[in-house]
Amino acid sequence: MTDIAQALARIVGDAYVSNRPEEAYFYARDPGLMPSHPPDYVVVPKSVEEIQDIVRLAHQEKIPIVPMGAGLALTGLVIPLKGGIVMDMKRMNRILEVNEKGRYAVVEGGTSQGLLRSHLEKHFPRLRHSIPDSPATATIAANVMIHGQGRLTQQYGFNSDMICGLEVVLASGEVCRIGSPALSSDWFSKGAPMPDLSGLFLGWFGATGIITKIGVKLYPRKKMRDVEIFITDRQDLVPDMVYELTHTEMVEDINVFAQPKPMIFKDNHHITLFFTGDTEEELEFKRKMIWHSLDRFIKAKDGGFMGVPPVMKPTLLDMPQRSVSRFADVKKGGGFEYSGPIIMVDKYPDCAQKILELAEKYDLGYSGMARIIGRSHAMMYGFAFTFNRADEEMMERTRKALHEVSEFALETGGVFWKATVDEQKMAMDKMDPTTLGLMKMIKANMDPRGIMNPGNWEVDE
Amino acid sequence: MYSLKFDVDVCKNCPTGACLVNCQYLNADQETAVREMVNMAEGKDSFVLQECVTCYACEEYCKRGNHPFYLITEKREEKGILTAPRAITTQWINLCEPQGKYRLGEVKEKALSFGFMPEFLRWAKGKLFEDVMPSFIFGQEFFCNVVYIHFAETATFKKRLPGVIENFEKLGVQEVVFLHDECYGAFAHLAPAYGMEVPFKPIHYYEYLYNRLNELKDLIQPLNIRVAYQRPCSARLCADKHHFVADIMDLIGVELVQREYQDQNALCCGGIFSMCFGYDLAHEVQERNIEDMKTHQAQYCVFNCPACQNTLGSMVAKAGIKPIHMIHLCRMAIGEM
Repeated sequence: MTDIAQALARIVGDAYVSNRPEEAYFYARDPGLMPSHPPDYVVVPKSVEEIQDIVRLAHQEKIPIVPMGAGLALTGLVIPLKGGIVMDMKRMNRILEVNEKGRYAVVEGGTSQGLLRSHLEKHFPRLRHSIPDSPATATIAANVMIHGQGRLTQQYGFNSDMICGLEVVLASGEVCRIGSPALSSDWFSKGAPMPDLSGLFLGWFGATGIITKIGVKLYPRKKMRDVEIFITDRQDLVPDMVYELTHTEMVEDINVFAQPKPMIFKDNHHITLFFTGDTEEELEFKRKMIWHSLDRFIKAKDGGFMGVPPVMKPTLLDMPQRSVSRFADVKKGGGFEYSGPIIMVDKYPDCAQKILELAEKYDLGYSGMARIIGRSHAMMYGFAFTFNRADEEMMERTRKALHEVSEFALETGGVFWKATVDEQKMAMDKMDPTTLGLMKMIKANMDPRGIMNPGNWEVDE
Repeated sequence: MYSLKFDVDVCKNCPTGACLVNCQYLNADQETAVREMVNMAEGKDSFVLQECVTCYACEEYCKRGNHPFYLITEKREEKGILTAPRAITTQWINLCEPQGKYRLGEVKEKALSFGFMPEFLRWAKGKLFEDVMPSFIFGQEFFCNVVYIHFAETATFKKRLPGVIENFEKLGVQEVVFLHDECYGAFAHLAPAYGMEVPFKPIHYYEYLYNRLNELKDLIQPLNIRVAYQRPCSARLCADKHHFVADIMDLIGVELVQREYQDQNALCCGGIFSMCFGYDLAHEVQERNIEDMKTHQAQYCVFNCPACQNTLGSMVAKAGIKPIHMIHLCRMAIGEM
């Protein structure tokens, strides 16, 4: 072991540090298309104190440090671009508090979506959180750090809008609490009514600090949940349809998808609607309101509700959606990546057209999928392509297609979601220079030695 | 292209206009009914072309063998009058397009046809089917495609049905037991109405079940239950086989409740209505239908068509009535369920 490895072992114990090539291989990559880069060390801390000690060591030795959840972002955000230490947070997985009446939970920074979900289902069946469609191992903190979306996003915004406090280890090794927990034992706000400092960390991909605790807002979990699918061949009308649906305030979640396979989905756009109720009456009332909101499109024959067979419903109601994983293996090589810009809903027709053009141009399997954010305030439009990992030429075609998506997204007024390093650069090139200067000032002050996930959100001189 | 054999003089001489007078969804007296049918037959406009909900029932109401529903469908298609949203029609056309993914059992001269309904792959088992199984046929290549008449899209089945008939012929089957009315109706009645020759004998599965139950009579334990029967739209394409419902119920000791919406007065399950017209018509009809079952104290609702069961099954269950398919009811009667 090197001196650094020994120092890390003294902090976390021999079993939880490695500089062996087999671990380095694994932590050098994610399931997406970004080139790999191995870390020098992998460390798996168990406590805030251990994290503080590791960060102090990294700070002193000027070693890069990359906090990692489940590593599922696909855009290379936990690939240690400049080597150093990858800090795997999975042992920090305790659920510290659930305040039922205040509807929030406080969890450690490595707690997975699946763990919180199962805990709530078992102990607090009337509560839920906004579950993203990533695998259940995805962590809550990492999802918030990338401004992820989930099942409640149509109602409450990004998952990062649904937090109520943070505890963060700064680049200096100090621990800092953000929001109400900075001065109260209660976690009910990430900022208001004080200055909201959560923006110093959210969306920074760990380049300004490491989340060790997070307050998660919880919401009513109704006893029943159902799904309907409205289909249309008029992509130009999808924004109007979504506008009518969101006006009802009856829908839990709205996803729109279009893909050529299987044949049942060919040629149409599918607006998938989830809604909930505590009684049959409530559920049926909502169904009726939802259907009626689209009557004018049905009368004009521009769309209709497809019959969803009972056998299909469990798959659709599954959280997270496992069909995403199945799509990932369409090309029998396990490769799947998407670029998901956040963009106005009225750009849906442009996005739907663009993915068709790219799939044809680069001869790729595709799925276009949008998740509505807020009451039609925006959407995440996922340009998803599948590829065979053993086929380098196909991977290169996918890279080119995704690069075109990035250019298109910026031109169309969109903003990259969980941006790759290249996309971060594109965004910063286009950004208002004063805003960019502010980002630079924040990064320089929060991470003066440039050790926190370096390569990400680095403002060029 | 195949064309419908339709005689306008039969309508002109019709003393009753029964096809439209009996319609449960349109409002037409006898004079109107006769006039509108003649109008349509002569290629003129008619409110019927705009308002028909595609329940198929007029095929049964007409006792003169003149296929009023096929005519309505043809004329709608000619005039480009859509019944369903375009996306729904496209979805169904795509869904049933042959893709080489059909499944065949050990096909012999006599075979069961499951059409394109995967439920039958699980349901067609036990003593009732042991003299034919595992001779079965399933998949888009053997699907009748008649569902498209709901969508005023006869072009698709005219294009596909001859190929389907050819596929059956290649298998060398002599007798095919169809487990769905629409497929049976396609080969027994619709194909001849369009001048297509069918080189095998189609058998309705109710007839097959009735005969098998008679062969297995010793095993029958009367069920002593009260059931409502949900008659599907496609049963109107083969009304001559409807008597087997009552015959089978008699045989297995089941009381078929004499409710308002049965036999000729049967109501649609609402599945097609939902897709074509939205919430209100479908739910009004479904509520009326289920209320009728409850009023007549049915314990079970017996389904013929799996699609009807998918649409209405959970609703009748919530009303305290058990949904069951005819196959399962018969298997229950011989102690298999």
